[in-house]
Amino acid sequence: MNQVIATTVELAGVTTVLLLLIATPLAWWLARSRRWWKEIVAAVAALPLVLPPTVIGFYVLIALGPASPLMTLLHPFGVRTLAFTFEGLVIGSLFYSLPFAVQPLRTAFEGVGDRPLELAATMGAGPFDRFATVAVPLARRGFLSAAVLVFAHTVGEFGVVLMVGGGIPGRTEVLSTRIYSLVESMQFGVAHRIAAALVAFAFVALLGLLLVDRRIGLPRP
Amino acid sequence: MTIAVTLIACVTDAFALDIAFEVPSAGVTALLGPSGAGKTTVLRALAGLDRYDGTVIIDGEVWQDATRFVPPHRRRVGYVAQGVSLLPHLTVAGNLDYAARRARAGPFRRDDLIERTGIVHLLDRVPARLSSGEAQRVAIARALSGQPRLLLMDEPLANLDDAARTRLLAALADLFAEIAVPVLYVTHDAAEVERIAVRTVHLCAGRVVPNAIAV
Repeated sequence: MNQVIATTVELAGVTTVLLLLIATPLAWWLARSRRWWKEIVAAVAALPLVLPPTVIGFYVLIALGPASPLMTLLHPFGVRTLAFTFEGLVIGSLFYSLPFAVQPLRTAFEGVGDRPLELAATMGAGPFDRFATVAVPLARRGFLSAAVLVFAHTVGEFGVVLMVGGGIPGRTEVLSTRIYSLVESMQFGVAHRIAAALVAFAFVALLGLLLVDRRIGLPRP
Repeated sequence: MTIAVTLIACVTDAFALDIAFEVPSAGVTALLGPSGAGKTTVLRALAGLDRYDGTVIIDGEVWQDATRFVPPHRRRVGYVAQGVSLLPHLTVAGNLDYAARRARAGPFRRDDLIERTGIVHLLDRVPARLSSGEAQRVAIARALSGQPRLLLMDEPLANLDDAARTRLLAALADLFAEIAVPVLYVTHDAAEVERIAVRTVHLCAGRVVPNAIAV
């Protein structure tokens, strides 16, 4: 069980860190760009919200399989497939949880407005300086929301991790797929305990998010 | 040494700007005119926050012409906007330091600015905890701590009650008498102009009123 918990936490942690790195520039561009076609990009980024997880898992599995063009490119580096590996799980989770990072970050960046950025520019701050020292601190609630939602969502994902990882004990099995295998083998007691723990975790994560969000939203004395 | 500005733009469907003026780059020059005259538009163009066709030349240095546009962070302007013009996530001290850290060497010392603007008791506060008058005092100190070569002020006394307006106007008059930085001061209040400006550029409906650059 410890191995399953460790894999679950590691997957959620790695996904959260990578997604914040990937989603931040994307959300910033979506918030600031005036190009009409940015909403097409936004819609693509939001697709995992409405697609069945098995659809995402299916395409990620195909893309990470040995015959895919992506994997062909990696053959010279000794990588033949990422299907049913931890790395594959991470890639699938990145796609699946992308909107949970992009949406709160975009909303937070839009809330920053032009005025603070313009003031910073007149104070000698260049574009990256303004982003790092004005936009990011003012959007801190969005970063907190994105991190908590991505982490919790990744802990709770099932369809994608089953498709891409296969729930292989000791390698790609996470808590959600363990519940599934326990139910299949009629071990309802253990399944119930894990499921209840996940409910408690989700509740604590969301409650903590709301409480901290309320606290950092208040002006300091 | 002069501030030479030529701006031509269709800003909105209902407002076009066609402005040309040249004034000495010393003392306080008031941009006077009614609401909608284009005063703020000119100030934003000078700061580099908006880009229109035209030229902006400060003391012989081209900030904007047909081929070049110096971005706002390289213009070394101090900008005091209408309403709150402080970074909301920083304290008063943090706002002063933000500008100072990005400034070149210059004549304005932090402690001196704090004392002159009377904000020493506000240094640990965030902008949300300041009154309008306090916020404008801090904004002025913040603008000068960036060691600007040109100070742009957009109706800094708007939104203040009469008492705060009188106090800040007196403080500004004293400050402007002591500093060597040229100031472009936007207002629609002739009394403010009379108190602090050494010359006036009168704008109306996006144009300079002929023969209205008064000294």
